Amino acid sequence: MQTGSITVADQPLLRFVLQRADDALVLGHRLSEWNGKAPLMEEEMALSNMALDLIGQARALYTYAGEVEGVGRDEDAYAYLRDERAYLNVLLVEQPNGDFAVTIVRQMLYAAFIEPYWQRLMASTDATLAAIAAKAQKEAAYHLRHSAEWVIRLGDGTDESHRRAQDALDLLWPFTGELFEVSDAERSLLASGVAVDPAPLRAVWRETVSRVVADATLTLPADGWMQRGGREGRHSEYLGHLLTDLQYLQRSHPGATW
Amino acid sequence: MTDGLEHDDAARLAAVRRVAGEVPDPEIPVLTIADLGVLRDVAIENGRAVVSITPTYTGCPAMNVIRDEIVAAVEAAGLGPVEVRTVLSPAWTTDWMTAAGREALRNYGIAPPAPGPAPVTFFRTVPVACPRCGSTDTAEIAPFGSTACKSLRRCERCREPFDYFKTH
Repeated sequence: MQTGSITVADQPLLRFVLQRADDALVLGHRLSEWNGKAPLMEEEMALSNMALDLIGQARALYTYAGEVEGVGRDEDAYAYLRDERAYLNVLLVEQPNGDFAVTIVRQMLYAAFIEPYWQRLMASTDATLAAIAAKAQKEAAYHLRHSAEWVIRLGDGTDESHRRAQDALDLLWPFTGELFEVSDAERSLLASGVAVDPAPLRAVWRETVSRVVADATLTLPADGWMQRGGREGRHSEYLGHLLTDLQYLQRSHPGATW
Repeated sequence: MTDGLEHDDAARLAAVRRVAGEVPDPEIPVLTIADLGVLRDVAIENGRAVVSITPTYTGCPAMNVIRDEIVAAVEAAGLGPVEVRTVLSPAWTTDWMTAAGREALRNYGIAPPAPGPAPVTFFRTVPVACPRCGSTDTAEIAPFGSTACKSLRRCERCREPFDYFKTH
């Protein structure tokens, strides 16, 4: 049993799979942080259900990463034994939960991207990725619906909920540009049809988000400076804190099982 | 001799299919994994029974229990050794649920899933009939229910709350 941090091979398909897996795990972990303190019982269940879907997607992807790398690593090795700089998720998903508005706006911004993304990845020439995408797309569709309805309720609700929803949108907007970036790992997989180009999805995403924001009586922020770096392992300060929580047990008690 | 072996294999295959297929869903015990469409294939490979299942939701915790229960059931029936494999493709859909499964769900008080795929709509859902009185005048209370596969609804006619097995 390996106990220290692992370094993964620099291989395009492996990096691509880990990018997808890390987005799902980090966002799933963030949602799980609401366990026991969500604003409503129904929302407690919704956030936990969405977390479960995302962590399930991450597990399938990490397991596949293990097959791709081929050095005998299981899903847990990638989740628990990689340091912050080896995580390849976008910065959006690691942003703190904030108030409920920040959590649900973050979810909507991500779901509006990932639902059509999985839809397209279902046509991947990589059979495993296509199979995982087919499952994840259906789950993401429910996440999109749920988070979008909440954004509309909050924005079109009271002055206070409107203000909080708008603040959340303004806060998170600079993290949305990174969703459409093409990493070097992805670029080399586009020609063979393994990966899909996220850039053309911007228009689809923008249409969904604009519709939700308009229904919510919120104002779409202007596209200004966009934060980036997560896909190469350069993260905001928050991911390190998240990982200390997520990885604590395996790091303190290496190889612990139950 | 060869004929005998083939016959034995065919009989064992049918028995494994029946025993594995009768394993109940741990969270909705009126449904078997055959009803759910989770059981995908059964084979005999080098003397081992191989049962292939497909996960419902990727994060559904019931899958681990189902896996253990298949092994226990097949071994208890003297049909082992057995191996359970997970297949991801084609992705599970509620459209695979059997007619008997749908009826069992309704009798249990859970509205069976509408045909897929589920459209992404905001503040609108497909009409769902109340499993008790049959009225389609029902409303969603919460889109995520007690398990990953269900939402919570209420009948506006008989006023009973009920679970709806979501289209997937």
